[in-house]
Amino acid sequence: MSRNAEPYPAGDAPALRFADVAMRYGHGPDVLRDVSFELEPGSFHFITGASGAGKSSLLKLIYLAERPSAGRIEMFGQDVVRMAAAERPRLRRRIGVVYQELRLLEHLSAFDNAALPLRLAGHKPAEYRTDVAELLAWVGLKERMDARPSALSGGEKQRLAIARAVVARPHILLADEPTGNVDNEQAMRIVRLFSELNRLGTTVLVASHDEELVARAGQPVLHLHDGRLIPFGGSGGSL
Amino acid sequence: MSAFNPERWKPAPLLPKADARDGSLLFVIAVLVFLACLTCIGALAAHRAAEGWNSQLQGSATVVVRPKGIENADASAARAAEALAGVAGVAEARVLEKEKAQALLEPWLGEEALLDDLPVPRLVTLELSRRNPPTTAALEASLAAAGVDATLDDHRLWIADIERGASLARWTALGVFALIAAAAAAVIGFATRAGLAAHHDTIQVLHLYGAQRGFISRLFQLRFARTAGLAGLLGAGAAAIIGATARLTGGGMGLTPVLPVAWTDLAAIAPAPLLAAAVAALAARQACVGLLKEMG
Repeated sequence: MSRNAEPYPAGDAPALRFADVAMRYGHGPDVLRDVSFELEPGSFHFITGASGAGKSSLLKLIYLAERPSAGRIEMFGQDVVRMAAAERPRLRRRIGVVYQELRLLEHLSAFDNAALPLRLAGHKPAEYRTDVAELLAWVGLKERMDARPSALSGGEKQRLAIARAVVARPHILLADEPTGNVDNEQAMRIVRLFSELNRLGTTVLVASHDEELVARAGQPVLHLHDGRLIPFGGSGGSL
Repeated sequence: MSAFNPERWKPAPLLPKADARDGSLLFVIAVLVFLACLTCIGALAAHRAAEGWNSQLQGSATVVVRPKGIENADASAARAAEALAGVAGVAEARVLEKEKAQALLEPWLGEEALLDDLPVPRLVTLELSRRNPPTTAALEASLAAAGVDATLDDHRLWIADIERGASLARWTALGVFALIAAAAAAVIGFATRAGLAAHHDTIQVLHLYGAQRGFISRLFQLRFARTAGLAGLLGAGAAAIIGATARLTGGGMGLTPVLPVAWTDLAAIAPAPLLAAAVAALAARQACVGLLKEMG
């Protein structure tokens, strides 16, 4: 597996803590209201909810693409809302994200896309090229390393986006509907991949509306309904 | 089997290669720099022309000498020229030939007039020192001492008008140049921001994967500065060719005496590509930082 961009923070602080968080886009209505929860380091959770319930908005707050309109968000004990702009890039490097729309850079090869987080973290190519190659082989893209994203199938793109999200061994891995464009078998492969990462210590949070997949994964669930977090029990199943 | 060898991999440029949008940007900036450089050359030539008009008038004076008593006009003019030549600051005093003086009157009196029979005054033209021109009083005193019936015309009436005209020409040219240069800068900035918008997704991905604002804005600064610099080189080069053609085909003073182009004018537009690159880099930086602030 690849190297960590940052050492894991010391202390007993939760990996993620939301306290009475609300969020809205511009002057629109709240899309999240009174959201409070904690994720322990090394935990694995799903976020479920109907379309429009606020799953993607919640993830955007965590990967620092949006700011809450109220409440407090802490990551590794740091208040991310009041954090100076100059410190945010460093925190972002500890978060791996599989975006719903993937956001692969079309002008770069699969290898370059996968290596991007390590490159932006300032590592030299010689330090990570073998790791990236191994990771791409691990997600089944060994023969597609020099292909542009436009030449990859939907499943291959998804796996490439996952490879890019995990290559720097993030402390938190977020995935927004990562199984949306793949069949059931591929979906279970992806969840198993997340589980392997989780076993290596990464805190994983996956947004999905696929209730069957969530039930089979058997991990705890945060359920959103109309922007509010409501109690929901994990199924306790296994992969 | 893929021929890709990870051990020989080198990171690809983070920004896509130039595409059609960059071509349009290049064209727009090149045209604007061309216009700005052309007006710059025009403004400098107008300034030089205005200087020339003033200089020509201030460096000369005319004396009208009339016959006095039994002395004919030719003798009076010769004595006046001799007296004036001795005044400090007079470089040359020359009696205008009779034929030339008569030719000056022809438009008013016609060819049929018996100019030889008329007491036509004679003209003495004075070339004055540019550094230490004599005062009007000194010239008039010299004429009075020589005892000739003469009137000194130091072009004072004309100089005021010419100076006003020259100043107007100079400021108009400068104003047009300033307007075109400002418009060019504004359009370069606007076009750069529009070009940057096309890279919104790339900026967002780099931003969300933890690239520093400075790193991202430097990427785009460099990209747009390079494009604008190249466009500036093309625009300024085209303007320089036109300026050089005007200088070469126009004789010693350029295309026409009205708008004399000098070789030094072409040197004045040399910084244009650098300025275009600087404006584009600044616009790209501002737009990029603004975009990144919006992204959080």
